Amino acid sequence: MSTQTGFEVARPTLPDARGKFGSYGGRFVPETLMPVLDDVTEAYEELRDDPGFRAEYEHLLKTYVGRPSPLTHAQRLSAHLGGAQIYLKREDLLHTGAHKINNALGQALLAKRMGKRRIIAETGAGQHGVATATACALLGLECVIYMGVVDMARQAPNVFRMRLLGAEVRGVESGTKTLKDAVNEAIRDWVAHPHDTYYIIGSALGPHPYPLMCRDFQSVIGKEARAQILEQAGRLPDQVIACVGGGSNAIGIFYGFLNDASVQLIGVEAGGYGIETGKHAARFAYAENGSEPLSRPTDCNPDFPRGKVGVFQGMKTVVLQNADGQIAETHSVSAGLDYAGVGPEHVYLRDIGRAEYTSATDDEALDAFHALCKFEGIIPALESSHAVAEAIKRAPRLSRDHILLVNLSGRGDKDLNTVLQAAQAQSEA
Amino acid sequence: MTISIPSAEARPQRSEAGLPAIAAAFARARAEGRPALMPYWSLGYPDVETSLCVIEAIARAGADLIELGVPFSDPLADGPVIQRANQIALERGITVSRCMQIAARARASGVSAPFLAMGYLNPVIAYGEARYVADWQAAGADGLIVPDLPPEESDALKRVCDERAMALVQFTAPTSTEARIAIAARYATGFIYIVSVAGVTGARDRLAEGLRDYVERVKAHATGKPVVVGFGISKPEHVREVGQFADGVIVASALLRHAGDAPDPARAAYEFVRSLRYWA
Repeated sequence: MSTQTGFEVARPTLPDARGKFGSYGGRFVPETLMPVLDDVTEAYEELRDDPGFRAEYEHLLKTYVGRPSPLTHAQRLSAHLGGAQIYLKREDLLHTGAHKINNALGQALLAKRMGKRRIIAETGAGQHGVATATACALLGLECVIYMGVVDMARQAPNVFRMRLLGAEVRGVESGTKTLKDAVNEAIRDWVAHPHDTYYIIGSALGPHPYPLMCRDFQSVIGKEARAQILEQAGRLPDQVIACVGGGSNAIGIFYGFLNDASVQLIGVEAGGYGIETGKHAARFAYAENGSEPLSRPTDCNPDFPRGKVGVFQGMKTVVLQNADGQIAETHSVSAGLDYAGVGPEHVYLRDIGRAEYTSATDDEALDAFHALCKFEGIIPALESSHAVAEAIKRAPRLSRDHILLVNLSGRGDKDLNTVLQAAQAQSEA
Repeated sequence: MTISIPSAEARPQRSEAGLPAIAAAFARARAEGRPALMPYWSLGYPDVETSLCVIEAIARAGADLIELGVPFSDPLADGPVIQRANQIALERGITVSRCMQIAARARASGVSAPFLAMGYLNPVIAYGEARYVADWQAAGADGLIVPDLPPEESDALKRVCDERAMALVQFTAPTSTEARIAIAARYATGFIYIVSVAGVTGARDRLAEGLRDYVERVKAHATGKPVVVGFGISKPEHVREVGQFADGVIVASALLRHAGDAPDPARAAYEFVRSLRYWA
């Protein structure tokens, strides 16, 4: 089977006409945006089947983004762990260094086809901002990126990158001054410029049709990976593991294997300082099948963040919040996972039992980061390191013919400062 | 001028509540040939006690209805002034229950103007939709405004509101198509909230161009339901102009900005609301 690079239109039955995955997703936005979302949906429904649009997108994926990305057998790491074989889907090797470009480029092309000249986007770590700024430079579109001022300080090199690429970076001072506030500010900009502006949301999040579009554009990851593992290993993996912030790289790789019942799908959330500390971004950690959260001693504190079904930034999903429905402040060593909500399709996949979700702490992710550097010569993004951490936990207990496929969603150059600071903190402790 | 809080004995009994009270407030204004004035204040801003005094002052200044903001951490339809008020109130520990307590105390002190509780959807879900409506009603509210709940998703909450004759307001925006205006008009109870400009809440110097035509378009679908213009209304002349073609006006950010940081917010709010009543 040859490796294909393409834009997967899987035609699954979900989301439904209202943008729902089961009872999740949908549209919960101010009225000003409802007609705008209708326009985006209509344009996208038309273009996703348009051969010209697909050809243009696929051509750019191949000649500009660098697809297909390779699949690497992590032989030394696997041998060191002494169990399952670990394979890495190398999204870190794409232009701009992460999977984000798949979605940013697809949506920027859509915006251009819709006649929108101005693009806005939010960014946390800066990867989606860089990808969007890149796509806009390539396509000649005006670009404004919203970024919390706290994140701007943490990710200064990416701010400089975006500006080099011609984007205007606007610091967000409201709320917690991080990713969720950048999303709020981008939505507010969009509400004020509904006619000429297109909002590229960076993950499989937000109001319909964003989770759908992002999934479609990211599903190229799973499509390629499935063909590659069959070619290299001669069979399907036993488990597919991906980190879940909003969940775009995870949904992208999961989609290649959704119909392969034998393949377990595992999402890894940010466990931060540990679930019990309340300082994490593990939305699923306390939520049981969309209903009541598990009862734990720490629940007595009404401000202790719990993942509960709610409505956040345009979608119905599981959101980390306090007892009064205020959105919780999250923590993760990786800015890309540091977000209170999760893509609605993941909640659906969890409910129907198709995917399971776990978490890795900051320390586990940092250990995995170092392991991959040392054993494979790959510097992974701290986000992706969470997925690697889960593979490292599982591999030793599994037989040598067992296959773990890990989505290495991005490279770690952006994280060197964070890792250095963590190492210094540890040596001082 | 001093603002005194009327004693409980002086309290005029509310003869109506819920939808009839809202209808009566609009009818009264219409009979006087003027728009109904609906100021907004964020509950718990700048603190619980002051926000109670402000609401009483707004009522005494002649507000026909009062929009009570329930703070939320991520108010994505709101501009910087309301965001800041929300944030300060939350930092000082406001909760949905405490918001209800403020409203109930305002009622106990004799405020009779209809209350519209304006809050985002997530705290409603966290509180429990049916309980949220019931407890707001018990606290003296007459209806709800939920800016991130489109009519298509509002069936469950609307059913509970309908059962209790509580209003569930719907919005139109400058981007709304005829079809969407029709949906908003069909679902709206109490009144239709006309967002005057594409943008977030916040005071603006001038009214949106073509506002009158847009309001007339909404009225064509309104089947007699009151239409109320909000977003950007900040001056008496705005109230006068909008009053020529709409049933009411909402003034929010301009009032918060004027009174929020004043040495005596209640007094500043009183004077500001008085100044908007061009007919008085």
